[in-house]
Amino acid sequence: MKRFGLISVPYLWLLALFLVPFLIVLKISLSDTALSIPPYTPTLDLSQGWAGIREWWAGLDMENFTWLTEDDLYWKAYLSSLKIAIISTVLTLMVGYPIAYGMSRAPDEWRPTLMMLIILPFWTSFLIRVYSWKAILSNEGLLNQLLMNLGIIQEPLIILNTNLAVYIGIVYTYLPFMVLPIYSALERLDESLLEAAEDLGCSRFTAFWLVTFPLSRQGIVAGSFLVFIPAMGEFVIPALLGGSKTLMIGKVLWEEFFSNRDWPVASAVAVVLLLLLIIPIVLFQRNEEKQREAEK
Amino acid sequence: MRRLSWFNAVSLTLGFAFLYIPMMILITYSFNAGKLVTVWSGFSTKWYGELFRNEAFLDAAWVTLKVAVMSSSIATVLGTMAAYVMVRAGRFPGRTLFSGMIYAPLVMPEVITGLSLLLLFISIGLDRGVLTIVLAHTTFSMCFVSVVVSSRLVTFDRSLEEAALDLGCTGFEAFRLVTLPIIMPAVVSGWLLAFTLSLDDLVIASFTSGPSSTTLPIKIFSAVRLGVSPEINALSTIMIGLVTIGVIGASLTSKRSIAKRQKDEQEAIK
Repeated sequence: MKRFGLISVPYLWLLALFLVPFLIVLKISLSDTALSIPPYTPTLDLSQGWAGIREWWAGLDMENFTWLTEDDLYWKAYLSSLKIAIISTVLTLMVGYPIAYGMSRAPDEWRPTLMMLIILPFWTSFLIRVYSWKAILSNEGLLNQLLMNLGIIQEPLIILNTNLAVYIGIVYTYLPFMVLPIYSALERLDESLLEAAEDLGCSRFTAFWLVTFPLSRQGIVAGSFLVFIPAMGEFVIPALLGGSKTLMIGKVLWEEFFSNRDWPVASAVAVVLLLLLIIPIVLFQRNEEKQREAEK
Repeated sequence: MRRLSWFNAVSLTLGFAFLYIPMMILITYSFNAGKLVTVWSGFSTKWYGELFRNEAFLDAAWVTLKVAVMSSSIATVLGTMAAYVMVRAGRFPGRTLFSGMIYAPLVMPEVITGLSLLLLFISIGLDRGVLTIVLAHTTFSMCFVSVVVSSRLVTFDRSLEEAALDLGCTGFEAFRLVTLPIIMPAVVSGWLLAFTLSLDDLVIASFTSGPSSTTLPIKIFSAVRLGVSPEINALSTIMIGLVTIGVIGASLTSKRSIAKRQKDEQEAIK
């Protein structure tokens, strides 16, 4: 009985505030836009009993989803989010792996400090970290000032308000999510395996490629999901660093909701985004549970 | 002692430079006298003064703090319960759904979480304000707490709990007297994580806040959307400073408590 109470409290909380809200999104995505409060129709009226439910059910249709396929803004935004998320995940991996590797090879007494240095930015405000790039990347910003003073470029580079700035922003803010899982995989690595590989005639690079890299795979997978999934729906980074041409689905959803006040279309956008992310989310969860099993 | 190869030394240096230089620049320019944030025109602390006279920012900071304390505390209780269920309750109907609901919010795009919670609050007629932000923040941060706490519970020696039960403790007493003190560091870091997530959140708060409950990130976002502002630099410097002190303090405390525990254990073996 006590066990039941222990399970039911967090269970009911998550059902009520996580699962039910999704069902509502799904429901509204099937409704029609209307100039009323709330701005959609039909609304479920339970006071009329069965008739109310039937009327509500009859009013639902796939119109918003058809609309998403007809207006190419939406699928362009999905594709462009996918492209930006994939490229920035690969870039984050390329920047993050050497850091994680360096940390795992560092002397033992340095590691807690290095670990803290990686985690510290993660505790500081995401918004502020994104914002800090604005002063660096703008046309009269510090990067351009530096490059022009060094005589490398004559004209300022236009970086702010382009996709490049969005990549930089994503790599910068999500770097700890990539470094930490890879580091924890590399840290567990048994070094005698590397010695064995070298004894058997591998060069250090081949030993890395044949032993270290495959054994850090789980960390790479976890880190990549932790970057890719939130990057797909990212709003703050494209809104602050991207330009008007940067199409990302998170931004489209935001504008559909707050500027156009089109709740049914915003909900349909959310449903499609979720469907696209469900496969990576399930794979991520499998990977986590496998790791948990391995730790036991 | 192992020495760092030049390749690793270079990658660590470049990596940490990349992580820290933008923040250093931000901090430096918060002490700039001029209004322009890219041209240095002398040292001044005037933007800090402006900031503390700005009532809107102070109000928003107060709302943010209130929300963060409340949501992280509720999230810690719920998240610890959820972790306990995940690690200890064994099989029960709906376990897969439960673990799905724990992991999904960790990676769920914030726009979706925000939108769905807002639609929930509207459909049950709950006015948007501090309460709705607290509910929203609790929901996603309890999942983070649960992951942190369950990773500690997994490595926990269960026979200690069984011993307490054999010695006549009730289940709850065994939890309070044995399990909780041992997992406490994880519970505290879970709370801190939930607290920072709440302080930090812009997207979910934007969806779930009402006109009278603007949080600091919402305020900052609307101020920096169009450009760089020296006041925000000053505010950011204060926030970075507080976090740095907090993180260094927490790591020193935990280092000391680990050292103490090791010493206690050694003495117990003697």
